[in-house]
Amino acid sequence: MNTNIKTREYTTVSEVSGPLMVVEGVEGVGYNEIVEIQTPTGEQRSGQVLEVTKDVAVVQVFEGTIDLNTKTTKTRFTGETAKIGVSRDMVGRIFNGIGKPIDGGPEIIADKELDINGSPMNPASREFPEEFIQTGISTIDGMNTLVRGQKLPIFSGSGLPHNDLAAQIARQAKVLGDDSEFAVIFAAMGITHEEANFFMRDFERTGALEKVTVFMNLADDPAIERILTPKMALTTAEYFAFELDMQVLVILTDMTNYCEALREISAARDEVPGRRGYPGYMYTDLAGIYERAGRIDGKEGSITQMPILVMPQDDITHPIPDLTGYITEGQIVLSRDLFRKGIYPPVDVLPSLSRLMSGGIGDGKTRADHSGVSDQLYSAYAEGRGLRDLVAVVGEEALTERDQSFLKFAQAFEDKYITQSVDEDRTIFESLDLGWDLLKILPKTELKRVKEEFIEEYLPKD
Amino acid sequence: MIIKGNIIKIAGPVVVADGMRGAQIFEMVKVGNSKLIGEIIELEGDTATIQVYEETAGIQPGEVVESTGGPLSVELGPGVMGSIFDGIQRPLELIKAESGDFIARGVDAPSVDKEKKWTFKAIAKVGDKVKGGDVLGEVQETSAVLQKILVPPMFEGTIKSIAADGEYTVLDDIAEIETDSGVEKIQMLQKWPVKKGRPYTDKLDPDVPLITGQRAQDTFFSVAKGGTAAIPGPFGSGKTVTQQQLAKWADADIVIYIGCGERGNEMTEVLSEFPYLEDPKTGNPLMDRTVLIANTSNMPVAAREACVYTGITIAEYYRDQGYDVALMADSTSRWAEAMREISGRLEEMPGEEGYPAYLASRLAQFYERAGRVNTLGTNPERASISVVGAVSPPGGDLSEPVTQNTLRICKVFWALDASLADKRHFPSIDWLQSYSLYLNSIQGWWEENVAADWRATRDEAMVLLQKESELQEIVQLVGPDALPDSEQVTLETARMLREDFLQQNAFDEVDTYCAPDKQYAMLKTILLFQKESLAAVERGANIQNIVELTVKEEIGKMKYVPEADFEAKIDSIQADIVKQCSEA
Repeated sequence: MNTNIKTREYTTVSEVSGPLMVVEGVEGVGYNEIVEIQTPTGEQRSGQVLEVTKDVAVVQVFEGTIDLNTKTTKTRFTGETAKIGVSRDMVGRIFNGIGKPIDGGPEIIADKELDINGSPMNPASREFPEEFIQTGISTIDGMNTLVRGQKLPIFSGSGLPHNDLAAQIARQAKVLGDDSEFAVIFAAMGITHEEANFFMRDFERTGALEKVTVFMNLADDPAIERILTPKMALTTAEYFAFELDMQVLVILTDMTNYCEALREISAARDEVPGRRGYPGYMYTDLAGIYERAGRIDGKEGSITQMPILVMPQDDITHPIPDLTGYITEGQIVLSRDLFRKGIYPPVDVLPSLSRLMSGGIGDGKTRADHSGVSDQLYSAYAEGRGLRDLVAVVGEEALTERDQSFLKFAQAFEDKYITQSVDEDRTIFESLDLGWDLLKILPKTELKRVKEEFIEEYLPKD
Repeated sequence: MIIKGNIIKIAGPVVVADGMRGAQIFEMVKVGNSKLIGEIIELEGDTATIQVYEETAGIQPGEVVESTGGPLSVELGPGVMGSIFDGIQRPLELIKAESGDFIARGVDAPSVDKEKKWTFKAIAKVGDKVKGGDVLGEVQETSAVLQKILVPPMFEGTIKSIAADGEYTVLDDIAEIETDSGVEKIQMLQKWPVKKGRPYTDKLDPDVPLITGQRAQDTFFSVAKGGTAAIPGPFGSGKTVTQQQLAKWADADIVIYIGCGERGNEMTEVLSEFPYLEDPKTGNPLMDRTVLIANTSNMPVAAREACVYTGITIAEYYRDQGYDVALMADSTSRWAEAMREISGRLEEMPGEEGYPAYLASRLAQFYERAGRVNTLGTNPERASISVVGAVSPPGGDLSEPVTQNTLRICKVFWALDASLADKRHFPSIDWLQSYSLYLNSIQGWWEENVAADWRATRDEAMVLLQKESELQEIVQLVGPDALPDSEQVTLETARMLREDFLQQNAFDEVDTYCAPDKQYAMLKTILLFQKESLAAVERGANIQNIVELTVKEEIGKMKYVPEADFEAKIDSIQADIVKQCSEA
């Protein structure tokens, strides 16, 4: 890091294009360094160095390049990479997308200045996540279990109730028999005022606000700022989790807007585009965000991430959900079909998955029969759903008795297991027992995924 | 010769420096004041383009670039086995000791411990004529691995002196060899450039299967020792679990597991699980025969590009000692993407989907380093490297360049299917799409070691599965009842093959590993059911009675029968099949 404090101020802007600005005749500028910009009208903005050669720096301007000219715009290179001052006092506060308080409260007196890009966590220092988090939602707890330190995104579509689900999870999430300090960090990227208000009201209504830290970049804020928002939030999360021993849940919404901003900058820099115009380094960039979830061996705290992303055209193969799915440890997928049937939460369990589930469940964590029940529900529901197509062609009467029971099961599963109300907080034991009640519909010989002893113990007898 | 130049441009992981005339292409360099590790990838007159293996934030033009005199190399010798390295062979535990839980930049961590003393036992004697690949002595590296200290390739001469049995560090001289060009001192430590394959005498045909204990892989789509296999599949289809199962159970002497651009928590799972898992054959900890290379997705992209080379070079080093090595790369798509990312920063002309035009040749070069060989030396040994590469096709679309170029090289294709995974059919290997081109060459092994009719049995089961998919199309239209009874029997048997044979539970104590004998017996049993129930139906038995036979439940549970009880159990199941079918 450059430590000289000589002010390096230039008025040699030679080009302004989209969110970028080129400054010539510079000296001693570092890659990724933060730049302070004074517009011709005297307004202060900030930017970051994207590329630097001997005497030319390409700067990305965060608050937009409107009003800048190539004559009187002043730029000052600070010699620092992007940092955020963190402190315990940030809990319960609201900041904008680049970390300035917007709730009318006092400035934060920083306990530490941290580089927002963070450093990769050493895989040898990580501790494998295996503490069960109860969200109170059957489809998640029972079949796609979330654990502390996991990153589990919600893949949604426009118009689906992902916000309600996220708020419900933030409200209900708890670790059984654990009362360590809990915090929620909420980072909004490019969401509307209405959506933001929904979350703020919900946090207020449930008294959660005092443990929530909010970073808010709304739809009408400069898109470029969005690049920083998740990094600000996660740097704060790392401080909370690994220095203050808190259990942190980070909700990032909406990652699609973040990726759009990434594409915008890439296009402005004339980079070679990858799939659908998104930059080739999007995987690496997203990994830099998602991989900041986890636990560290010997530390109390943890970071659990729940990013929300709206899949363009409900297409799970779109680059944003696709690359996300390759990094995160599973995904919760919301389905338009279930939503149309009036089912809340419309979680489609078939494409949903939690990769860390097996470590977080079982005897001593949830219940010994958990994994068997979950597998059995999965395969039975998949089979029942498959039969619906057949029924459409040949009619229900043509099915064997066995097949009819699967059909009945699938219906009951949607009506009773998936469906629950926005305020319904089911314990894991309620969810498991509910699963057994439904499995009763099937012939006992079809219960191949559960061990005999559990069938004996848990399958309702009557 | 050390060359010093100055940075003139920085863009992400790509740095350009001038004043570099005299430096070599692919030479390692230290970049900037924080001495980041980089590699020269382009030279033009005075300027060198460098890819930097660490984060470049804060680096300024004008800072110094210093050459190191050699290409990116790995250190090979006692101490490698059981280690966990990053993409450029820095031990993660040492990085942790030096920079804490988060990886700082410019950490200098030696790959192999230079202080530790190893018990060396000499084998060669003074006066022996030796050449590259001959054994000088041995070191018991871990409980599972006896490392042979070899004469480095390219050396030839007479042993002038050799160290007495005793304790030595990897840098102590253990032998002197009189060569044509003078006396050479040999240490246990060797350095080898990662992008250059280590030499061998000649390549052999792969005719021994790599037994993995996974039914779908071993029985239906077997990979040979020294073979190459690709596992493409969309996310969530179980690629990683499949890879980890192979790493745990494959009957290789050495396992190299490369986590290339994958999840940190997943690597941690491997790191925390392997030291406690026992090798099913020797009872030693699995970690004692494993090298892990972990370059997670958030670690620098250039090191991700390097990590597969680091892995395969280490694999070659153990192959040269006569071992069968299995290398898992998860995932080669991330490696290809790293190439694409760096190529983009270099402003190279992009090929298909933005990948560089040299993608196909790089993939081919990598997979060609696999194989079964006669090693170097006066008494060559048979040894192999089998490579299993996971591919992560975007959106599960197998037509994308990385998958297609991989399939052109790999002989085994395990197609993972998302819809099977949705049904929790694991491993989600699609039996109709997958293939193995080694079936003919390994047939002999199965006939000799398991059963003479192995191939016929396997093919018969495969035909049933094919037949099922044809019948399913009819069922979709007219319902199952419209089929003749004999075909309904086929549907029943095929369902058994799918659910009771192909599905295998990696998390079940017993089912996680299935020995070849058991695989064969299970398959035989299911086919016996087909034969007997077909006979019953022909005698006029009601198909409904066949469907409701209680023996089906027993067949469904046979995978969970421990190996010790299996033989007795299978006999009773087979007797039940015959009895119940005759009564149906």
